[in-house]
Amino acid sequence: MANILVFAESRGSDLRKVAFEAVTAARALADATGGGEVHAVLAGPAGIGARAGDLGKFGADAVLVAESSDFEKFARESLAATIAEKAKSGGYRAVILGFSAQGRDLGPRIAARLDAPIASDVTEIVSSGDTITVKHPGYANKVMLTLVLSGSPVVISVRPSAFTAKENAKTARSETLAPVAASGATITVTSVEEGARGRPDLGDASIIISGGRGLKAAENFKLVEELADAFGHAAVGATRAVTDDGWRPHSDQIGQTGRQVSPQLYVAVGISGAIQHLAGMRTSKTIVAINKDKEAPIFKIADYGIVGDVLDVVPALTAAIKEARKDH
Amino acid sequence: MKIAVCIKRTPDSESRFKIAASGAAIDEAGLKFDIDDFASYAVEAALQLNEKAGGGESVVIALGPDNVQEALRKAMSMGVDRAVHLKVDAVPADGIAVAKALAAELKDGGYDLVLFGKHAFDSSAGVVGTAVAELLGVPCVTAASQLSVDGGKGIARRELEGAAEMVSFPLPAVVTIDEGVARPRYPSLKGIMAAKKKPLESKPAQLGAIRVTLQKAELPPERPAGRIIGEGVAAVPELVRLLQTEAKVI
Ligand SMILES: Cc1cc2nc3c(=O)[nH]c(=O)nc-3n(C[C@H](O)[C@H](O)[C@H](O)COP(=O)(O)OP(=O)(O)OC[C@H]3O[C@@H](n4cnc5c(N)ncnc54)[C@H](O)[C@@H]3O)c2cc1C
Ligand SMILES: Nc1ncnc2c1ncn2[C@@H]1O[C@H](COP(=O)(O)O)[C@@H](O)[C@H]1O
Repeated sequence: MANILVFAESRGSDLRKVAFEAVTAARALADATGGGEVHAVLAGPAGIGARAGDLGKFGADAVLVAESSDFEKFARESLAATIAEKAKSGGYRAVILGFSAQGRDLGPRIAARLDAPIASDVTEIVSSGDTITVKHPGYANKVMLTLVLSGSPVVISVRPSAFTAKENAKTARSETLAPVAASGATITVTSVEEGARGRPDLGDASIIISGGRGLKAAENFKLVEELADAFGHAAVGATRAVTDDGWRPHSDQIGQTGRQVSPQLYVAVGISGAIQHLAGMRTSKTIVAINKDKEAPIFKIADYGIVGDVLDVVPALTAAIKEARKDH
Repeated sequence: MKIAVCIKRTPDSESRFKIAASGAAIDEAGLKFDIDDFASYAVEAALQLNEKAGGGESVVIALGPDNVQEALRKAMSMGVDRAVHLKVDAVPADGIAVAKALAAELKDGGYDLVLFGKHAFDSSAGVVGTAVAELLGVPCVTAASQLSVDGGKGIARRELEGAAEMVSFPLPAVVTIDEGVARPRYPSLKGIMAAKKKPLESKPAQLGAIRVTLQKAELPPERPAGRIIGEGVAAVPELVRLLQTEAKVI
């Protein structure tokens, strides 16, 4: 029986969705390796321990609460040290985290500290025994790689949204975990800039409306915003052409060198469908494209394409969606 | 500043990939290879930082078979001063093993800054740079979308989901480079000629144990062919109907 250590990511006083997904993946792995325990590390400012119960709901047996004012900001060195020290002490089979901005940063730090093999951005844990086999999309999602990790423990970061959080009611016991201070020189967070409020993050959104150079001018991006509003809780993305021109911040860029997304619905507005853009959104469930050029490559992968001028079609679509959703 | 950049050689991202007969690799026949995209941003960032500082030295390091020397020459043709080739028969899928070999080379190099790509196109892992920093015991900023150095102190911006943080850090340090920092310049003819005479040292890499192996490579299922449902505003009602009844997203 092997226990699994999982990082339950939070920001401020809230758990992030990926925390529940990571706990779900950890629960499944613990069950597959003979029913060991899942221990979730919950680190944050004073009071974060109040969220421990939520982690039990998704299958954690114990929640290790590390409270410190240092954790108000992303204290990466101290977090990595705290998780790695715990992993060393407890004879864990695996350390699991999300492949989020925080988890991508922490995973390799923890693996290096433990001298453990690591697999990043895992979409499936295929089998576990003496070795652990995982699937990870490489080559910007163009080739699915099956990786075998030998040794124990291993570090695995799971792709956000790839593991659906499953309730698995446990009453988790709560334990205190003493934060381990960073040793040596560290990074200082000088400021944190919050993005536009009221919109979900691209990684969490089930609907994404994304705009390209076909919108012609920065001010026309409001058509994309309005369509996103009409759908309710939708996020807004962009192509690199648009972020390069400064119409939108780089953080909105979707594609090979931007965010990789997989929503239920992706609406491409005035986007040609360059291969580097497709690399970031081709796994979306349903793709809609609006483009005036019927030869645009985006139409090769769009479930529903409309050939037309976005400046006419998008406002009409916004009005029609509002009408269709007016009971919501 | 003395800056090292670790670069990987990866296939052109526009390629159509096929799986090799072994089933555990891509078929490299006919593919074009180059410096990996994010690593090429890192090369450019190193050049710009030293240009701004009015001097310094830049070194590129690549671990791989002999064919990585081409990528090292390309970086030198962009302006990097010298190159180190850490020779192995094949680059393993184990990022920690690669990091150990790179860290062994970097340890006594006296570098102020070591730059990496945020992740490599092929592995799409984002492990090597951060692991090297841990092995060297220096601060590491991951996925920087802006980077500057002033008075021996680094400043960077990082994009978080729906937010961004500004960080400062002491040197020496490791930084992994995201979109936004710099786009690579094209080598000039003069640069290409100069690169031929720049020093390229080749030596065996110390990989250590390899604990992550690639068992299988597969192409993901193709999407069904796209379908145009109509033209202009007139097609909107049909789209809404399909979104309601077929895709069931409204
Ligand atoms: C190394 C590298 C990495 C890259 N990474 C990314 C990435 O991560 N993400 C990304 O997006 N790109 C990336 N790119 C860039 C990519 O190759 C394309 O240049 C980019 O995606 C094009 O953006 P676009 O579709 O907005 O613009 P364009 O290609 O210019 O397309 C605009 C489209 O709008 C249509 N149009 C014009 N006017 C109208 C109108 N009035 N109504 C309707 N349609 C109209 C046109 O027919 C055209 O199809 C990368 C490139 C490289 C080399
Ligand atoms: N074989 C290699 N040789 C030199 N640098 C490498 C190698 N592999 C990875 N890197 C560097 O590490 C970064 C991250 O790679 P990865 O962890 O594989 O995603 C790359 O962008 C390169 O800067």
